Amino acid sequence: MATEKKKVTEVLKDKFPEKVKDVSFPLGDETIVIEADALLEICRFLMKDPFALTMLLDLTCVDYIGEEMRFEMVYHLFSITNNNRLRIKIRLPEKDPAIASLTPLWKNANWLEREVYDMFGIHFTGHPYLKRLFMYDGFEGHPLRKDYPLRKRQPMIPMRRKE
Amino acid sequence: MTYRIQQEARKESLMVNMGPSHPAMHGTIRIMLELDGERVLNAELEVGYLHRGFEKICEHKTYFNLLPYTDRLNYVSPLINNLGYVMTLEKLLGIEAPERAQYIRVIMSELSRVSDHLTALAAMTMECGAFTVFLYMIQAREEIWNVIEQTTGARMTTSFIRIGGVRADLHPNMDPLLDKAIDSTRKLMKDCHGLLDKNKIWINRTRNVAVISKEDAINYGFTGPCLRATGVYYDVRKAHPYCVYDQLEFEVPLGDNGDNYDRYIVRMREIEQSLRIIEQARKKIPRSTSPSQLMAEGIEPAEAIKASRDKKVEAKIQLSPNLEGSEKEVYPDILSERKQYIVPPKEDTYTNIEGLINHFKFFMKGHGIRPPKGDVYFSVEGGSGEVGYYIVSDGTDKPYRLHLRGPCFHIVAALEEMILGHYIADIIPTFGSMNMIGGELDR
Repeated sequence: MATEKKKVTEVLKDKFPEKVKDVSFPLGDETIVIEADALLEICRFLMKDPFALTMLLDLTCVDYIGEEMRFEMVYHLFSITNNNRLRIKIRLPEKDPAIASLTPLWKNANWLEREVYDMFGIHFTGHPYLKRLFMYDGFEGHPLRKDYPLRKRQPMIPMRRKE
Repeated sequence: MTYRIQQEARKESLMVNMGPSHPAMHGTIRIMLELDGERVLNAELEVGYLHRGFEKICEHKTYFNLLPYTDRLNYVSPLINNLGYVMTLEKLLGIEAPERAQYIRVIMSELSRVSDHLTALAAMTMECGAFTVFLYMIQAREEIWNVIEQTTGARMTTSFIRIGGVRADLHPNMDPLLDKAIDSTRKLMKDCHGLLDKNKIWINRTRNVAVISKEDAINYGFTGPCLRATGVYYDVRKAHPYCVYDQLEFEVPLGDNGDNYDRYIVRMREIEQSLRIIEQARKKIPRSTSPSQLMAEGIEPAEAIKASRDKKVEAKIQLSPNLEGSEKEVYPDILSERKQYIVPPKEDTYTNIEGLINHFKFFMKGHGIRPPKGDVYFSVEGGSGEVGYYIVSDGTDKPYRLHLRGPCFHIVAALEEMILGHYIADIIPTFGSMNMIGGELDR
């Protein structure tokens, strides 16, 4: 397993030398940091054999408030055949954060990206239906951003009228 | 913003709302349906009715304090959620629970898995009209919950699995109750198999309904019984063994069609495997090193506190029943030796100064458990799939970010597609077979 594990990141480094910014193994979790514009290309490459990272385990975002590249997208991919996980990280700027949508590759990216859009206000270009997932229409702000207060109240929304 | 289903609506079709408050919607979830007679032409799900801001709350709680919140995610198998969170944190801290605690964790999470599967199947079968099966399964679940209650002190919101170990040792009188629970679960399962497996109505309602292919299931991020029903061999307990699962023998049941019937039969077989694991773990569990299992001997706690004002109390202290099983002597069996990560024994806290300082250091704001900077992902096999936690630590006593990978989030996302072209009546067993849990889905 150990030799194979190194391979994924090494191959990526060789194949996309300008796009892969960093490779690390914190606590045994294989992690790569890449450029935002290379996401779709790299994911397409990883989905195929021999890596076969065919499952999008998880997709989320972390808000590092105060930093210039404020948002960090975190993707967890998993390969059933090789039984290994890969974490991909991408930094996004504070102003108009946007990234390519993964919906052409994975179907569950649809809901996962809607959730991140809802909670962090990240825009996913190419998403077919970018609508809030947990919050309602008319909700203001993005609750999981660090500058959204814990106990903030929102005004009641008016009853929907029949059209 | 109008809904997708409204934008795509055909002229002569009928729009129907199913839920949010509907008896078959297990919790609150809204399915908007576009119908042609009884056929589903298009569907859209609206979730979030149970959103409580779990992740936001966790960012404002200390690592120890947020543990009870994890109970409320998947509320039919809270112990597995506890375990997932605790083991993620243990990976970050680099600590390991003692062997006995690991066996207790395995026993408890398997009991939870059985109760989770029983609840899912009971609801699914009842909605198809098999009320007898529902009652049988709920009876079996009741027996399982009695065992859980005896040891953890609670039936649903247990918060039993703690950082570095577990809250208490197994109850000294657990054996007869567990025997009874396993026996009656087996017996009731046999009856349920007899009632359903070859039942024509049941087969007609579930066979070839809501079929999902292997490729689609993987593409949707399915895990757990729903993925295994399509024939993909993936179980976190086998793929990335945690606790002592690598020392126990069990099989991973697989389906082949990926329809509702397969999801039912895979769950039924998994219950049997879980019971098998419990039986093995009971035999293999290392003996407790504590001299007495019951703590009736010793001096009264009030006397001990009074005496401690003059000098250090050496005598054994009798504990109140609500601390049953967590007296100082069993600590080495059930909790890690790393003092900074565990709640100190109450006898020490109340009777000597070192214990009191330990207690303060653990609970005071800004002290407590402070993992090193970094991020970590860890997952365990939950009732309906891989329960994963992603924690980002900034070195303080509160998580900078905590994200839950809820298994049913990915599974329910596929519902829109799975019910297309089926009848309204097929939505109910399909939805039941997914085991949607609002707490975990909406967080």
